[in-house]
Amino acid sequence: MTDAAERIASGDRRELARLISRLEREDPEARKLLSRMHPRTGRAAVVGITGAPGTGKSTLVSALARLLRRGTAGRPPQTVGIIAVDPTSPFSGGAILGDRIRMRDLAGDDGVFIRSMASRGQLGGLSRATQSAVRALDAAGFETILVETVGVGQDEVDIARQAQTVIVVETPGLGDDIQALKAGILEIADILVVNKGDLPGADSAAASLRAMLGLGEPGRGGWQPPIVRTAGTTGEGVEALAEAVFRHREHLARSGEGERRELERARADLERLIRERLFARWQGAAAGDLAEAARKIAARECSPEEAAERLLK
Amino acid sequence: MSARKIRVLVAKPGLDGHDRGAKVVARALRDAGMEVIYTGLRQTPEMIVDAALQEDVDVIGLSILSGAHGSLVPRVMRLLREKGLEKVRVFVGGIIPEADIPGLRAAGVTAVFGPGTPTADVVAAIRAEQGAG
Repeated sequence: MTDAAERIASGDRRELARLISRLEREDPEARKLLSRMHPRTGRAAVVGITGAPGTGKSTLVSALARLLRRGTAGRPPQTVGIIAVDPTSPFSGGAILGDRIRMRDLAGDDGVFIRSMASRGQLGGLSRATQSAVRALDAAGFETILVETVGVGQDEVDIARQAQTVIVVETPGLGDDIQALKAGILEIADILVVNKGDLPGADSAAASLRAMLGLGEPGRGGWQPPIVRTAGTTGEGVEALAEAVFRHREHLARSGEGERRELERARADLERLIRERLFARWQGAAAGDLAEAARKIAARECSPEEAAERLLK
Repeated sequence: MSARKIRVLVAKPGLDGHDRGAKVVARALRDAGMEVIYTGLRQTPEMIVDAALQEDVDVIGLSILSGAHGSLVPRVMRLLREKGLEKVRVFVGGIIPEADIPGLRAAGVTAVFGPGTPTADVVAAIRAEQGAG
């Protein structure tokens, strides 16, 4: 009888799927399992795909995955893990996860694993367990992992901390050049895509983005984000997109930027874990006081600052 | 540890032309707090079972209007067993003649819902099967 970590590493997809569910419900045993799998991680290329709802992210992910499976421009075929996040209802806690609809062409391929995740109240475009799920897919040996965020607005940029390469998907008609100038989502792009490039307005959308990039210094780590025009439904431009992803990957390795980001990510994860653990430890020791303190704050008997001071003593 | 969410795969096997009923059910399950993986039209039994495995669902809801349930459903059930997913509960909805229901139940289907079933009944049946939720 081998252990679950071994089974996952040797290709047991059912075990992998179950681990992701257990990580989603924050099962401590699953975290221990993931912790044991850490030495097997760090090999996958993690690519984030983000953008507003309806820009064609799922279709583009599907087309990109198909190309990576086939091998492109002298590159060998790769196995692909996909995580697609959709929003959880703030009212019922339920969700409709519909990204698989656009990925039906990938069905029946053992080299592809698709997992839909609900955001479960997390606001940054991913769910709390997304990163753990990425690590699980990495340990299972998937060579490229595509992470599709919730359809985002301007400020949901968690993906930048979790992927090595971030693709931001725009479409014609999403706004003028001032939208392109604003802070936030466009800033995290390593690659900008104008999808639905066959629609009118694609030229001016690409021109606005190019003008915006031209106003500034070269982006993070001396990389100038390319603008790629695609039509996800026909597959046009997807090869150029794959090529841009490979070029960015090579840039990360060559410039040392990849290592810098990895360290930044490891540090941020560690801080988050410590925060969670400290809170859990405090909660275990002082449960019950929180409700009473909240009552006092609401009744204006003490301030939140005073209450926090007292509870931490 | 946070609460367990019931995960449901809603799929339409075969060649049905529309999925309005399946969407109504998906919406009702969402509003009942479940996570619904919606896969859309024209799914083969192989696609459905692969998706169920990757998504680690508790329940599969099959919507069939075409009359092909007699061949599609047993194939889904057989594939589930082959992949070690016999714990996944399967519900069938759509246009199923009364006379065919015992056969589907014998194949391992948990319940069959005909046209006009209130969505609340579907939610209740899944909850009962999954123990609260």
